[in-house]
Amino acid sequence: MSKIHVTTTINGDEVEYLCDPRETLLDCLRDRVGLTGAKEGCGTGDCGACSVTLDGRLVCSCLVLGAEAEGKEITTIEGMAQGDDLHPLQRKFIEHAALQCGVCTPGILVAAKALLEKNPDPTETEMRYWLAGNLCRCTGYDKIIRAVMDAAEEMREAS
Amino acid sequence: MALDTDTKTFKYIGTRPDRPDGLDKVTGRARFGADFSMPGMLHGAILRSPHAHAKIVKIDATRALALAGVKAVVTRADFPTGLTGEDWNIQENVMAGEKALYDGHAVAAVAATSQLIARDALKLIEVTYEVLPHVTDVDKAMAEGAPVIREGAADYSVPEGLHPNIVRYMDTGRGDLDAGFAAADLVLEESYKTEAAHQGYIEPHACVGQLGADGKGELWCCTQGHWFVRQMCTAVLGLEATQLRVTPSEIGGGFGGKTTVFIDPVALALSRKANRPVKIVMSRSEVLRASGPTSSASMDIKMGMTKDGKITAASGTFRMQGGAFPGAPVDVTTMLAFANYDIEHVHHIGYDVMTNRPKQAAYRAPGAPMGAFAVESMLDELCRQLDLDPIETRLKNAVKEGTRATFGPKFPPVGLIETLEAARAHPNYGAPLGPNQGRGVASGYWMNWGGETSASVAIGEDGTVQVSIGTPDIGGSRASMALMAAEAFGVPYENVRVNIADTGTLGINEPTHGSRATFASGLATVEAAKEAIGKLCKRAADKWGIDAEAVTWEDGFAKPSGPNAGEFPPLSIAEIASEMGSTGGPISGHFESSPDGFGGSFGTHIVDLEVDPETGRSTILRYLVVQDAGKAIHPAYVEGQFQGGAVQGIGWALNEEYVYGEDGCLQNPIFLDYRVPVASDLPMIDTVIVEVPNPGHPYGVRGVGETGITPPLPAVANAVRAAIGVRMTQLPLTPPRVLAAIKGRG
Repeated sequence: MSKIHVTTTINGDEVEYLCDPRETLLDCLRDRVGLTGAKEGCGTGDCGACSVTLDGRLVCSCLVLGAEAEGKEITTIEGMAQGDDLHPLQRKFIEHAALQCGVCTPGILVAAKALLEKNPDPTETEMRYWLAGNLCRCTGYDKIIRAVMDAAEEMREAS
Repeated sequence: MALDTDTKTFKYIGTRPDRPDGLDKVTGRARFGADFSMPGMLHGAILRSPHAHAKIVKIDATRALALAGVKAVVTRADFPTGLTGEDWNIQENVMAGEKALYDGHAVAAVAATSQLIARDALKLIEVTYEVLPHVTDVDKAMAEGAPVIREGAADYSVPEGLHPNIVRYMDTGRGDLDAGFAAADLVLEESYKTEAAHQGYIEPHACVGQLGADGKGELWCCTQGHWFVRQMCTAVLGLEATQLRVTPSEIGGGFGGKTTVFIDPVALALSRKANRPVKIVMSRSEVLRASGPTSSASMDIKMGMTKDGKITAASGTFRMQGGAFPGAPVDVTTMLAFANYDIEHVHHIGYDVMTNRPKQAAYRAPGAPMGAFAVESMLDELCRQLDLDPIETRLKNAVKEGTRATFGPKFPPVGLIETLEAARAHPNYGAPLGPNQGRGVASGYWMNWGGETSASVAIGEDGTVQVSIGTPDIGGSRASMALMAAEAFGVPYENVRVNIADTGTLGINEPTHGSRATFASGLATVEAAKEAIGKLCKRAADKWGIDAEAVTWEDGFAKPSGPNAGEFPPLSIAEIASEMGSTGGPISGHFESSPDGFGGSFGTHIVDLEVDPETGRSTILRYLVVQDAGKAIHPAYVEGQFQGGAVQGIGWALNEEYVYGEDGCLQNPIFLDYRVPVASDLPMIDTVIVEVPNPGHPYGVRGVGETGITPPLPAVANAVRAAIGVRMTQLPLTPPRVLAAIKGRG
């Protein structure tokens, strides 16, 4: 089967890759582009570990085909920090011990950032429902929610 | 082993610094199992049985091997013969021999130049099966006429005349049960069931293996214990242990499920055949079908109590299936079921039973939550019928230092009473409840573990400290090691770097399991630091021309000590380190042992929940974990263990279960249907850390990882009982089951 040529923008950089029509965006990010921050936890869109944004919209990259990225703008966990400056969410996750193993962390950070861009002042309940598609098996979510609340507050004060 | 328990005020221990690997983990650059690749690497995929039980008549890989890009196919014929015991069990589990023993059992594997080609090739492997009758339920598997999984699997402990699926039998106890029950004012008998749950780590198993015809190999994988992986892979493949070097990646959760191997020997076998490195990554459905969930259990409990709340006698029969192999943790269940309490007359019977299910693996406090569900449910019912307070009654029966445990020895200092008192004093215990709401209380225990441990510390030329340990960091243990090393050396936390060493770098280490990493690797780190400090003091003594005994170590400095030591300005670790090349060479310290001073950890949980009477759905309103940590090295990660364990237990209690169809195949092998708790299911999880120091650790540490999953199953069930007025004896308490119980009420 011949491969498809894709030109896309990832974290602000123009990127080209060749992919099999069956490959997901997650496969392409990890295996074609070398960005392994997004993880495959389920491959069925249930765990959120592969979360990225596609033209600003939060998606599970395991449910998007690599070929669909043509002409789109993708942001991944690797594009979250600005140089040495961590995003407030990243700093607060470390500060609040909001990760144990850390494998779900990239997806949760990408999802939480998408939430705060839509809603800078979410309630705890809104946060919990927004992040309901991101499974964490280690923490019981308590410290994750606290970290997101703290980051949101800091971002509101800074804006 | 005599250790000096250091009771001074700590400078670093008990603080909450950022974890050393924090930046890697929030930026996506931490390398987990599936993130590792090698030049020339092939991709492996595994063909799995679609049948619960079937004879493998023939495997024809001709068409698969003819597909462009396919480099190797392996079956059981590519593995050595003649293995025995658990080595054989593991080999049989990673690649089926004469029979497929469960839905998902590996029967062949392929290596190809891409993952897609490997998957296509699987469809071209033709397997001829002769389907056999199957059994997946523990009670049915013990019954007369049940399909036999394998003749001759039972060990010496099984009495004659029992079904061949019963492979181990336990019978322990003491006292006079009849007299004990006769002394009771109330005796209850009830049967309970729990379903199998999966550890549910978010990272599927992944590895890259390379093995040459010279019998030398390398393996990179996500594991809780790479020395265990080395032992199992080399045994299964007929290699010498030290010829395989295993390097652990970062690990995306394990909870016991990554203390064994499933794909690693297969990747190595494919590599040996293809002469190239081979990567295998499990899909989620492979994880659920063919890694190691925990056991399901069926239990009969009888307990007697006086009207003022003293337990007079207790007995339990515990039947657990661990899949198609021996090994269900029923020995631990029998050991711990009644371990919270001081009971004179007690008796346990245990059956380890084989079924057509995947080979069980350890899951957080393996065996303990099931027994706790049964016993703590019955204790709650006794309290209810005798109109007694559940915490006061537990206090009346709680074990303490010196109590003869129901499993034999006398307890060293333990903190059950302290957790109960802290729970009683917490505002959650008195919070008002509304209609359809109920409160549940339960306590639980895990004995913890020491295990084979090696660690080394090395002083850098600038006076910073490198710590090498062999227990993978699964939940922030690098931070704990760095805190303990900082405390021991008296250097800033930031000046310590903790590395997880591969199998070629340290002596043997058991996995990060048994809640042992912070205890055992921490103890080894502290003792290795003491050895290095001795050498640092010696260098200072040589420089000053005095005896080494006249030098003490204080806050990162060597200082002369005693009346005859003389007056010398203190020497910092950095000053000594900067000259070490010319004063005797590198300075390091090592420690190797199997420390046996692990102290068990008790916990008490209180949960409030509301049951929707129209749907049967339970919503957790409040949750409190109180647990004894001995000494919390990094309290935030101790709280994290408490919270994570509680939520896994909530999932097991309310939703999670292995659902098998009439065909014996797993019906829910994706996260949509195997539903673990999500953020919107839960409130904040309140925690109280109790500290009853463990005399077996230099800083008083007790393991904290596992106890937390033991009380939630009964605590949730007790709360549902309080909310709906019906005692539920089978987990999980799914909405349909609870609704049926409500409808069936009077």
